[in-house]
Amino acid sequence: MSDVRNVIIIGSGPAGYTAAVYAARAELRPLVFEGSITAGGALMNTTDVENFPGFPDGIMGPDLMDNLRKQAERFGAELVPEDVTDVDLTKPVKEVTAGGETFLAHTVILATGSGYRELGVPGEKELSGRGTSWCATCDGFFFRDQDIAVAGGGDTAMEEALFLTRFAKSVTVIHRRDELRASRIMAERALANDKITFVWDTEVTEVLGEDRVSGLKLINNKTNETSTLDVTGLFVAIGHDPRVELFQKQIELDEEGYVKVDAPSTRTNLEGVFAAGDVVDHQYRQAITAAGTGCSAALDAERFLAAIGN
Amino acid sequence: MSTVKNATDASFEEVVLNNDKPVLVDFWADWCGPCKQMAPVLDKLAANHGDKIDVVKINTDQNPETPRAYNVLSLPTMNVYKGGEVVKQIIGAKPTRLLEKELAEFL
Repeated sequence: MSDVRNVIIIGSGPAGYTAAVYAARAELRPLVFEGSITAGGALMNTTDVENFPGFPDGIMGPDLMDNLRKQAERFGAELVPEDVTDVDLTKPVKEVTAGGETFLAHTVILATGSGYRELGVPGEKELSGRGTSWCATCDGFFFRDQDIAVAGGGDTAMEEALFLTRFAKSVTVIHRRDELRASRIMAERALANDKITFVWDTEVTEVLGEDRVSGLKLINNKTNETSTLDVTGLFVAIGHDPRVELFQKQIELDEEGYVKVDAPSTRTNLEGVFAAGDVVDHQYRQAITAAGTGCSAALDAERFLAAIGN
Repeated sequence: MSTVKNATDASFEEVVLNNDKPVLVDFWADWCGPCKQMAPVLDKLAANHGDKIDVVKINTDQNPETPRAYNVLSLPTMNVYKGGEVVKQIIGAKPTRLLEKELAEFL
């Protein structure tokens, strides 16, 4: 057991690091658990970020996160590359366990983000890393001159499909609706790309292959017609689920399983516990909105600490 | 204390396949975020268990032959070689504790 700290931040995406910058500048000496291999969060798997204000030429996701991390460190945030394994957020003094050690704090900011959603169909897990992938920037290179598919219709799916056209012979986007959820600019770019074909109203029901992906079983959800698509790779980009396993039994969640906050503040139903970024937000889920709520969470924590006399 | 070594397509046979010890080979690339996140974990593994297992990295961008030969389709992929054969495959970034658990039989 250690001294009681002012604030512990769990998570290291735009929300976590921005909260760390603000808390550190307020001289709260925040302790940030970055995760052992998740430091930087979802942006670590992206390429160009074109819509983060202040970067007119865009910036690479990993570079943006590296900058944010350095900025937090510069003002004295203590950054720990450990996974939090247990929390008790219900008492006035919160307990956070990581790397076998328990840390105490008056306030905790939850910024654990979200994880990739899986299709949940036969073959998907078995062929993960053998043609099924959740990271086009990591694995696209191995599918040079091959026919591959992307499942999904949002911005991430379009970004992955467009990125994959650099390598692949063809990219088939499989989407369960008849229109894209993606932003107009991303949708238009994808629709205009000669290498990308769209299959609408269709879901993947099985990933086929022995040692590696050889095809997909599809069903049209309007006509119930089934078909097989010969591809050697499937990139899954059907959305995210909030990372709440650590604290879901202690804290109030909304109907969709995200942490419920008293918006526009970042207060949760637990005193001294604040939440920011994608673990709260299923509306906007942008780097800039995550950073914005991370800032709010640090300010909320600062005011809470002032009110209890710290 | 040992450190992570680098292999190339040319040196793979000598560094990995003809090695008397088990070898963990990390297939990585510059553009792969999770690979960068794995780097400190592998440094730690080499420092703590280098007497039992060699830790070798191979840049798949500069050395395309070896990943092709071993059917690597995802980064990071970590193969354990023993006597020139793949005896275990770990796909995706893993924190130290999980990696050590997966490699327990070799440590």
